[in-house]
Amino acid sequence: MEFLNTVLLTMSITLMYSAPLVFTALGGVVTQRAGVDNIGLEGMMAFGACGASIVCFFTASPWIGLIAGACFGAILAVLHAFVAVTAKGNQIISGIGINFIGAGVATFLTRYLFKGAAQSNSTIDYGIPKLFELLGIDKSKSRLLQSAEIDITILLAIFFAFIIWFVLYKTKTGLRIRACGEHPGAADTLGVNVSLIRYICTILSGVLAGLGGAVTALAISYRYTPTVIAGQGFIALAAVIFGNWKPIGATLACLLFGFAQALTVVMAGIPWLPTQILAMLPYALTLLILVIFVERSTPPRALGQPYFKGQA
Amino acid sequence: MRKTVINALKKPFTAVLIALVIGFAVGAITLAAGGYDPGRGYGLLFTGIFSSTRRMMQVLVNAVPIIMTGLAVSFAGKTGLFNIGADGQFILGQISGAVLGYYVPLPPLLHPIFILLSAFAIGGMYATFAAYLKNRFGIHEVISTIMLNWIAYYFMNFIVNMKSVKVPGTQHSPEIRDTAKITFYSREFRITPEGEALLERRPWLESFVRTDAGYAIIVMVAMALLLWILLKYTRIGFELRAVGYNYYAAEFSAMPVKRNALLSMFISGGTAALGGAMLVMSTAHFISMLGASEGYGWDGISVALIAGNNPIGCIFAGLLFSGLKLGGAEIQSRMGAPTEIINIMIGALVLCIAFAPALPRLANRLEGRK
Repeated sequence: MEFLNTVLLTMSITLMYSAPLVFTALGGVVTQRAGVDNIGLEGMMAFGACGASIVCFFTASPWIGLIAGACFGAILAVLHAFVAVTAKGNQIISGIGINFIGAGVATFLTRYLFKGAAQSNSTIDYGIPKLFELLGIDKSKSRLLQSAEIDITILLAIFFAFIIWFVLYKTKTGLRIRACGEHPGAADTLGVNVSLIRYICTILSGVLAGLGGAVTALAISYRYTPTVIAGQGFIALAAVIFGNWKPIGATLACLLFGFAQALTVVMAGIPWLPTQILAMLPYALTLLILVIFVERSTPPRALGQPYFKGQA
Repeated sequence: MRKTVINALKKPFTAVLIALVIGFAVGAITLAAGGYDPGRGYGLLFTGIFSSTRRMMQVLVNAVPIIMTGLAVSFAGKTGLFNIGADGQFILGQISGAVLGYYVPLPPLLHPIFILLSAFAIGGMYATFAAYLKNRFGIHEVISTIMLNWIAYYFMNFIVNMKSVKVPGTQHSPEIRDTAKITFYSREFRITPEGEALLERRPWLESFVRTDAGYAIIVMVAMALLLWILLKYTRIGFELRAVGYNYYAAEFSAMPVKRNALLSMFISGGTAALGGAMLVMSTAHFISMLGASEGYGWDGISVALIAGNNPIGCIFAGLLFSGLKLGGAEIQSRMGAPTEIINIMIGALVLCIAFAPALPRLANRLEGRK
């Protein structure tokens, strides 16, 4: 019974921690498949988390908060798209700039709105409802049911993963997107507007990373703090590689990283295992997984290269 | 006129100047948007840096760690490697400084040298691991070094939190031995009668006595010169740069590209770790439990970007950064405006540098239009 409870709890926490990673990794898949690298996902998540917390706090609606998070992410992504696509600048450097700006503006806004405090007020009263609550299941009697509670954010994330998979692999648009990432010159010859597609995909990645940040803020930490994202954007990028630039693969990779984070929570009570060592687990696991899998994955061929019209 | 503009746009330095201007403009706009007077803000920023020689010395002292990480990122950058892991390597340097500075009893001169060499080796090895992962498994160093940053960060908290290390009732490690400190004048000296008498006699020494100015500054300048000479005037430096320009051409010319990647990251990581160790040995004197990384490595990335990966340029870019931060603290304490304003400025600046490749093309377009 106790064991079953722990297993259910681990599962539940895994799903909770995976949700923001899945959203963000999907963003990474979309933009990288179109050939635009985006290491600014981290900053976009932070900015999304901030926007979501603020809007949710003032409107008392987590749903409007989520949408706000997506919009905040998109704003930063427009900047990145401008540098990467229009100016044909260095995408990695731009991403670093985005990370500074995202985190900087987010904390600036928070301090401005919450009387100088670096963290926003708690939105715990307006949390996103969990699955059993939504279905009207009474879980007050059963501890197992309480442990097995599922965040609907992860269901939303998986739903998004299927949509993106469908669009990328089953539609004409998806083929065009992938062509822009593999051989933009060829796509251009066939009349595909490479710049437009890259713009849309980059902005979409901002929307998804913003959602990822919003989910972190609204369903896990219940507030924005400067450390709320803590490298998740980069873990999501690793998940993109591990998932071989495929939406479903990246989603599964995120579940694994979520599991590593859940372990750090569940195993926190073990006396001989210091919390700091445990906290390294997701990062060490990311490295280990990359060691095992990176050779089996192939990045989009034109990833990170600006496209000049007329180039071969 | 038109011609001057076109020629100017083709120079890399113009991009940095434009980036600086835009960075400051964005900072001003953000301040204004937050309801603060940008004029007063920049006034405070300016006086915060230049109002006294002691403040200027403080800028220099604060700049040392950022310049070291800047040098680290630059050196790897010249070789075509993007060392985002300077942060983690810096942290390992801090740990080395604090642990070796307290637990290893050595005579004065020997102690700092021993710590610096060890820190260099430890940080270098940590960075080399990322290069190994790239060589052997093809893992991009951007991803691997970020993971290594987090591991180093938690490792520092782990070390500080150990029962045998943490000073009871505090959140930090014990203070390092006096033999390991590398400031010109110790902090105790400032308040002794001799110290005050010395200042009486030689007032110009104030900026040395009343700050943590020390041999770290000399090591930093020496390191910048050394790396610059290494890159510019030695065979190995030429090979390292060749890999940076064109990996395949270098490989085709029978240069040991993989071994050079390891070497480049070793030197890069070692340099960053020196910065961390020197921070502990001159200013901090111990390491503390942290809620988040202090971000010296990330500042180093921006410094390297502004300096265009030039080691000597890093010194000036680092001073600029350090000045901005000190002035930013002044803005926060005197006006109540958040220090994040500085991060926003830096972000805008970096974004503009990413934009730089567009400028020569713009120049060409202008040229074609006449």
